[in-house]
Amino acid sequence: MSGKLKVVFGRRYRFSASHRLYSQKLSEEENCRVYGKCNNPYGHGHNYVVEVRVSGTVDPATGMVVNLKDLDRFVQGEVIEAFDHKSLNEDVEAFRTAVPTTENLCKEIYQRLKHFPLAKLERVRIEETSNNAFEYAGEEIQDRVTVR
Amino acid sequence: MVYLTRKIEFSASHLYHNPALSAEENRRIFGKCNNPHGHGHNYMLEVTVAGEPDPVTGMVLDLKELKEILEREIAGRMDHRFLNYEVPELAGQIPTCENIARVIWQLLEPKITQGRLHKVRLYESADIFAECYRNGANYA
Repeated sequence: MSGKLKVVFGRRYRFSASHRLYSQKLSEEENCRVYGKCNNPYGHGHNYVVEVRVSGTVDPATGMVVNLKDLDRFVQGEVIEAFDHKSLNEDVEAFRTAVPTTENLCKEIYQRLKHFPLAKLERVRIEETSNNAFEYAGEEIQDRVTVR
Repeated sequence: MVYLTRKIEFSASHLYHNPALSAEENRRIFGKCNNPHGHGHNYMLEVTVAGEPDPVTGMVLDLKELKEILEREIAGRMDHRFLNYEVPELAGQIPTCENIARVIWQLLEPKITQGRLHKVRLYESADIFAECYRNGANYA
């Protein structure tokens, strides 16, 4: 029976970064109207919580879908080092054009993690604050936004 | 379809050690979880049952009954136990979060007769969890 069961492993990571929501496709006035205080030209910051979920078969020798040391090392190298204590707008190439909303951040982190070689990336969930959460599971599953 | 989730907590100790591997390999793979004296966690289990609400009671499954099943089948077996030595269902397996979640699925599935067991999620700490769900089920 266990062969029919899918096992998912989830792990939460944290980083702190600043951003400014500003779209080059909108006028100054529209930016101000759409993004409100998130449009403040000096930017502002969050303590982001990133939940990474991967799936796979449980290795009978280790009892693990993935050794969390390996997942930690990969997430640290691909995401945390690139984003922690950085300005998302200035320091992350993707956000020189895309607006660093947490929706787009989910997609960017998903792209960075989907090549993890030891398990299948299922989903990236980001809590921007304790009241806002966003999830991205690739294009095969419809994008989801949850607000608690 | 309606999804009903109930949580239950239990505390247990465990250690990771594979006798087929050398002492050095065990230390390299399992790190501090290989400490021979074991260590413990407060586990948080979330169990989700899927079904249609009964037209008479409005319930997928009586929460009281689900609580009793979780207390008997899971907390009764695992709470304040050393998982490697005291839970026969885990014998011969490394008691990782993944394997414990799988054993919990196997214990609960035959006991849930109203609705169907949809998902088992087991938190080892606030930042680590494993979950099992029926293959092909809507991953929600």
